[in-house]
Amino acid sequence: MNAPMEALLVALILSDLALLGSGRLGSCIRTVALQGILAGLLPLAEGGAGFQILLLGATVVVLKGFVFPRLLGRAMRESATSREVQPLVGYAPSLLAGVAILAGAFWLDGRMGGLLRSSGGILVPVAFSMMFTGLFLVVARRTAVNQVIGYLVLENGIYAFSLAAAREIPFLVELGVLMDLFVAVFVMGIAIQRINLEFDHIDSGRLTRLRG
Amino acid sequence: MTATPALAAASILSGLLLAPLTPAVIARTKAVFAGRRGAPLSQPYRDLAKLLRKGWVFSRTTTGLFRAAPVLVLACGAAALAMTAPAGIAPGWGFAGDMILFAYLLGTARFLTVAAALDTGSSFEGMGASREVLYSALAEPALITGLAVLARISGSSSLAGIYAGLGADVWMSAGAAVLLVLVSFLIVLLAENSRIPFDDPNTHLELTMVHEVMVLDVSGPDLAAVEYGASLRLWLFGTLAVRLALTPSGLGGWELLAASIGGMLLLAVLVGTIESVTARLPLLRAPLPLAAAVALTVLAYVLAARFLG
Repeated sequence: MNAPMEALLVALILSDLALLGSGRLGSCIRTVALQGILAGLLPLAEGGAGFQILLLGATVVVLKGFVFPRLLGRAMRESATSREVQPLVGYAPSLLAGVAILAGAFWLDGRMGGLLRSSGGILVPVAFSMMFTGLFLVVARRTAVNQVIGYLVLENGIYAFSLAAAREIPFLVELGVLMDLFVAVFVMGIAIQRINLEFDHIDSGRLTRLRG
Repeated sequence: MTATPALAAASILSGLLLAPLTPAVIARTKAVFAGRRGAPLSQPYRDLAKLLRKGWVFSRTTTGLFRAAPVLVLACGAAALAMTAPAGIAPGWGFAGDMILFAYLLGTARFLTVAAALDTGSSFEGMGASREVLYSALAEPALITGLAVLARISGSSSLAGIYAGLGADVWMSAGAAVLLVLVSFLIVLLAENSRIPFDDPNTHLELTMVHEVMVLDVSGPDLAAVEYGASLRLWLFGTLAVRLALTPSGLGGWELLAASIGGMLLLAVLVGTIESVTARLPLLRAPLPLAAAVALTVLAYVLAARFLG
């Protein structure tokens, strides 16, 4: 485990905590963009990466660092929602949940023993904690934009995990996943817009009735 | 090793003498930011001298607890200073586990302040006491976990051993953990010393004050003890943070003492800058940075445990 890798992983955890503790959609979008860029830099920091992995990293940086935030920012502006007013789990409890998730991820990694290549490093537990944090954000937030952000964090975790689990996931498969993700965020952006047009809010907790 | 008692005495005395200087530097920094000239740096000393010349006024509702508390709080602060100030400077100072005693001395001081505030029977002071306890309930885990991380990294459970055991090599192997602890110590410093963004030491509106409202009924030499105790507290937490920031320099003895005092003044400027550029947090949002400090120290502990095996 080298120093830049370690710094990147700690920064990834800190961005998770920032997402858990912040209710402003604008800053959440910027944080998740930063997290995407950091995740894209992971293969670079690992060293000895081939051309294809570098290309993949560059695609991740462009998509997660610049395209997705643009889409989410537009959805946020058009729905005129600038902050999560009443999350299902408050921000301080969310932060403490983040700590519990972190501890759980490290415990899980310890239980798995040497099954994975980079055991001893912190790549696997950080990837786990990102997945669980993403899941937590999807469940604990009401605003659709924040739920999409949770989904992106979850995907970042899976991406980091794939780096640890199998270096040689076929290039095309990874690109395909990214393409799917792009379409997903695009569709969710449009869905948020439609929900907002129809209901004048993007609070998913209140979407309990169908309207014609 | 013959210089050890002299070093320890010098570091404790310098803390006792220079502690009131830090609030003055903070106030001066804020004045400069606001475009004013500000009070002279000797102002806290003059205030203390003025208060010591005055007499006491005690409310008839108070009991002996209220009279004893200021002096006891000051004693707790001075005892904690005697443990912290020589840490890392005088080798062999302290005893195993004194970091727990350090945390409990601070806790005792807070309990006495809160009990004395409740003793007056004033509803405003009760409100201040409740808020103080809320903040400290969150700040204390961060402090203890932070100290535990440092103890784990340095392999020693005394404050002096911790700071002596953290060298430049620690920053190579577990630098991220130490850095996280440093950040959370700074947050705890702001919270425990009732600085902005948690509390405004200059406010005079009873509804918003936290620490200041608890000492509204204290007067004369007792107020001097409270004010001096507050600056000792700032010096204590500042020492923890500054020594931690100085560990990679590899200094020791008199050089470290000088660097540490210089670092304290820089820290005071930093606190003044933070106070000038940030707004006070709404009361209900104030626990959030403290929860973040707890999260950072737990993260640091996990990292330290992982990197050191």
